[in-house]
Amino acid sequence: MIGFIRSLGRWGLGTLERLGRGHIFLMHTLAGLPGLFLRPALVIQQLFSLGVLSVLIVLISGLFVGMVLGLQGYNTLVDFGAEESLGVLVSLSLVRELGPVVTALLFAGRAGSALTAEVGLMKSTEQLSGMEMMAVDPVRRVIAPRFLAGFISMPLLAAMFSAIGVIGAFIVGHGLLGVDEGAFWSQMQTKTDWYGDVMNGVIKSIVFGFVVTWIALYEGYDATPTSEGVGRATTRTVVHSAFAILGLDFVLTALMFGDI
Amino acid sequence: MPLIKIRDLHFYRGDRAIFNGVDIDIDRGKVTAIMGPSGTGKTTLLRLIGGQLRPDQGYIEIDGQNVHKLSRSKLYELRKRMGMLFQSGALLTDLNVFDNVAFPLREHTKLPEPLIRDLVLMKLQAVGLRNARKLSPSELSGGMARRVALARAVALDPMMIMYDEPFTGQDPISMGTLVNLIRRINDAMGLTSIVVSHDVAEASQIADEIYLLSGGKVIEKGTPEELKKSSSQWVRQFMDGLPDGPVPFHYPGSEFDVDLLQSEHES
Repeated sequence: MIGFIRSLGRWGLGTLERLGRGHIFLMHTLAGLPGLFLRPALVIQQLFSLGVLSVLIVLISGLFVGMVLGLQGYNTLVDFGAEESLGVLVSLSLVRELGPVVTALLFAGRAGSALTAEVGLMKSTEQLSGMEMMAVDPVRRVIAPRFLAGFISMPLLAAMFSAIGVIGAFIVGHGLLGVDEGAFWSQMQTKTDWYGDVMNGVIKSIVFGFVVTWIALYEGYDATPTSEGVGRATTRTVVHSAFAILGLDFVLTALMFGDI
Repeated sequence: MPLIKIRDLHFYRGDRAIFNGVDIDIDRGKVTAIMGPSGTGKTTLLRLIGGQLRPDQGYIEIDGQNVHKLSRSKLYELRKRMGMLFQSGALLTDLNVFDNVAFPLREHTKLPEPLIRDLVLMKLQAVGLRNARKLSPSELSGGMARRVALARAVALDPMMIMYDEPFTGQDPISMGTLVNLIRRINDAMGLTSIVVSHDVAEASQIADEIYLLSGGKVIEKGTPEELKKSSSQWVRQFMDGLPDGPVPFHYPGSEFDVDLLQSEHES
């Protein structure tokens, strides 16, 4: 029993210590952001590898999610004779929830895991130590540009996901199931509020981008410098990011739409 | 006055003492080898000198400055005057050979690109890899990677350079090249070099002074000739590569016959 309590205490202390280190790391990273205005090339390079290279997976996933939403939504709405509201259902689902959440999950799997592996390998091959010894701060040179690029990419990818999702739902709803085109778009335009829906979705995607990139970079930077350590860190990135995204989504939804 | 002064250095990893009262002087302009068996904390010593680790007791002074009392910005200023060659080379894998050598110049100077090009070509010429400048680190052999790392380490014309196991895993040609380069670059650039190694023959060949470390202490110091003549059992075992001696062949623990007489379950 005492052994169990002791190990619980050790686990708790270890977790608190990691959290503390993670926050110090974040502060250090944020302090490095202003310097990037003088070196935009570093950020542009990372925007390409984190953002542009994630576009394809986000577009394909968004298209299929939209098509499924269109199909499922139509089947339910048609029972009530409300199939013309399909546009509203799809746009609100995508803009408020699925756009930011699914994009963030995809971003964690595609870009987050790549970030952790890259930074973890840079650590295990002593590249980060080497930079320190060359008087170059690796957090400012390596971490900060990646952090900013992830932070910028996520909302843009979420917007693409929602846009292509709506198109997917339109293809299925209008093209296959015969929903009126005018009703689809006009109801969507009328019922989707710019501030209440779109901006709240954008805020969610910004928060998710911040958290996922932070987790991914910290896991890489804090990884045990062995192949097993980097592998574990990559797994932790995906798992912790998924928990953080879903947990934060509940909190943000409650604050934005829940009247709590 | 020595360039690096280490006094009463204590460093622990958990409960294990890596250094237990180490005093070392590294003289200016000389090549000093720090030698000892694997696991004696030779690389840790370099990281302590570079300010990447903090000692638990004692101090390290470089050029009169206590490394661990410097502010972050002062430490970074000091590091610009130090070069370090990592065992792996630690080349940046997303940059080619030229850009790796140009990296510290681009980060720390505002020199125009044509001048950076000339400087990089000079450094690469010195290590014999000027024509390999367009290769990526993955296309280099281990010896070539270390030579590129050496060119990068001297890019800012530092006052000292630290080599972490430069000879490990090298073929005889690469080894000979590196041995020659370390001595030649030290003398030509007026550097102070610290070579951490367990390769007795190579380190003895280029070192002006050798420190032997074991069990967290300096066991012996002197010129290579003095150490070759030393009658200390420990020095003899290390310098002559004897399998048993003060450093036992068998990992310490229970006696062999006691283990054999125990049942399998008990062991």
